[in-house]
Amino acid sequence: MYQIHVQGLTKSYRIAERQPGMVGAVKSLFHRTYRDVDALRGIDFDISRGEMVGYIGPNGAGKSTTIKILAGILVPTGGRCVVNGVVPWQSRISYVAQIGVVFGQRTQLWWDLPVVESFELLREIYKVPNNRFKTSLAELVELLDLSPLLDTPVRQLSLGQRVKCDIASALLHEPQILFLDEPTIGLDAVTKASVRGFIKEINRNRDVTVLLTTHDLGDIEALCRRVIVINDGICLSDSSIDELRNQYVHEKHVVIEFGNSPCLESIHQDDVLKSEGTRITFLCTSDISDFVAQMTSRYEIKDITIETPPIERVVTELYESSK
Amino acid sequence: MTALALKSYIAVVSTRFRTLLQYRIAAIAGIVTQVFWGLMKLMVFSAFYEVAQNQPPLSFESIVAYVWLGQCLFALFPYNVDPDMRAMFNSGSVAYDMLRPLSLYAYWFSRTLAFRTAPTVLRLVPGLFFAFVVLRLVGLDEWVMPLPPSFVAAFSFFISILLTVALSASIMMLVSISMFWLIDSRGMVNLMAGVVWVLGGMIIPLPLFPDWVQPFLSWQPFRGLCDIPFRIYSGDIAGFEIVGELVFQLAWVAILVLAGVWLMRRAQVKLTVQGG
Repeated sequence: MYQIHVQGLTKSYRIAERQPGMVGAVKSLFHRTYRDVDALRGIDFDISRGEMVGYIGPNGAGKSTTIKILAGILVPTGGRCVVNGVVPWQSRISYVAQIGVVFGQRTQLWWDLPVVESFELLREIYKVPNNRFKTSLAELVELLDLSPLLDTPVRQLSLGQRVKCDIASALLHEPQILFLDEPTIGLDAVTKASVRGFIKEINRNRDVTVLLTTHDLGDIEALCRRVIVINDGICLSDSSIDELRNQYVHEKHVVIEFGNSPCLESIHQDDVLKSEGTRITFLCTSDISDFVAQMTSRYEIKDITIETPPIERVVTELYESSK
Repeated sequence: MTALALKSYIAVVSTRFRTLLQYRIAAIAGIVTQVFWGLMKLMVFSAFYEVAQNQPPLSFESIVAYVWLGQCLFALFPYNVDPDMRAMFNSGSVAYDMLRPLSLYAYWFSRTLAFRTAPTVLRLVPGLFFAFVVLRLVGLDEWVMPLPPSFVAAFSFFISILLTVALSASIMMLVSISMFWLIDSRGMVNLMAGVVWVLGGMIIPLPLFPDWVQPFLSWQPFRGLCDIPFRIYSGDIAGFEIVGELVFQLAWVAILVLAGVWLMRRAQVKLTVQGG
């Protein structure tokens, strides 16, 4: 039994169009023309309890639309979507009490309240029993190191502090599912690392299912075994990161440290990407073990490093190929 | 609605209320303006009353109470929109309020209640101090705010003012909900302010309007904002008439809340189908 079941999900928006200029402005007062935009064109996936899944795609791919449907605040045009046994938008009020949602781009805390008062208000809104709330809050404060921030009004927090508080606020009522929409956007490297560490921790400690959208593939590499790639409203791939890499990138970089400046045979010279004295980087498009065997048998070699391509390149290639 | 659910909304009201109590400077500036306007109005009315040939339908003492109550309770009336709410519509973050396990109407209604009452409380104390004490000290005895003539009047006024708060919030909710369909709320709010001040009785007390508009004035909801509570206070509305007027206020609250809930449901359908 899957915790999140999405099948053939479609969503189209109707956008009012206006012709340019005065004539168009006057015309649109009487007769509006509309254009349908398909944001989702049949998305399928299933997620089990406790999984941590990355959901990536270029801008406008339909990521946020999917999250909003799963969060119960948008009704799809077609398809099925069942989360925790219910259809999100059909029983919104009872459903949203069971999930946590964080949008990295905008805070859901009350702007002019101190953080702790926002948390108190959320306790009332989600009807969390007092003792449960205390334990939950203590855990979150410790993991995210929030104690110095609790009395600060939200508007005075830095972005990193605000995002941490936002994530904590989404978990106070101990939801089983956490939707994160670009949680690390705009954060510095240290804060990013701590947010990632926290998400991992909470996924393990509370067995929370996490669906995470991002443009930062570092998030995915650090957190998710599984990644769903979408573009233009359809799923391009749904696999582990390694599979994705192997599937789409057939070349590797091999850095070899030679014992002395080698006299390369011509077939190998063509593969040279970069040459720094005795340290040469080759592009290997054939079988990697053959290549390494060949090199070791012919030259005197001190060290070999095989570099896998950065996941950014894999994804770029995937986006490009879907055009 | 169960008591447990109600607790959530009470928490929303009280949190927002406490936040808004921080805006003391705005309140002081507000009450200074309102006191000034109150004095101007009383000058105009006393000039009119001196030259009046027939007995006016409201005694001058009632007028004084009407003016000062209006000035002191100014912030209670639905003449402006919570800037937070407007910002939410402008930034398109309305949909995110639906992530809370709350009825959107009740949630916003709670916030509106706080937005209407917190500034009023801040202005009430200095306003009443001026109307009751300062005017007496400077010797303008005619313009001093009178006390209600009886305990019944005072108590009924209190009930009536609570209904005014509910009425004001339910009117405000209709304006807020209209923002789902309008790109900019400013036009609507300006229109609203004009309607509220005139039809509520803030500009000219309603009994002073010509006879031929009285049938219309007596049935419209805005009368429940100022005219009813203020005239209960001064004893101009008394006896069983009070009960009728309180029912009138309550009925309009019910009608406007139902209309708001219905419109909110339609807005939510539009929002969830069309996106935020």
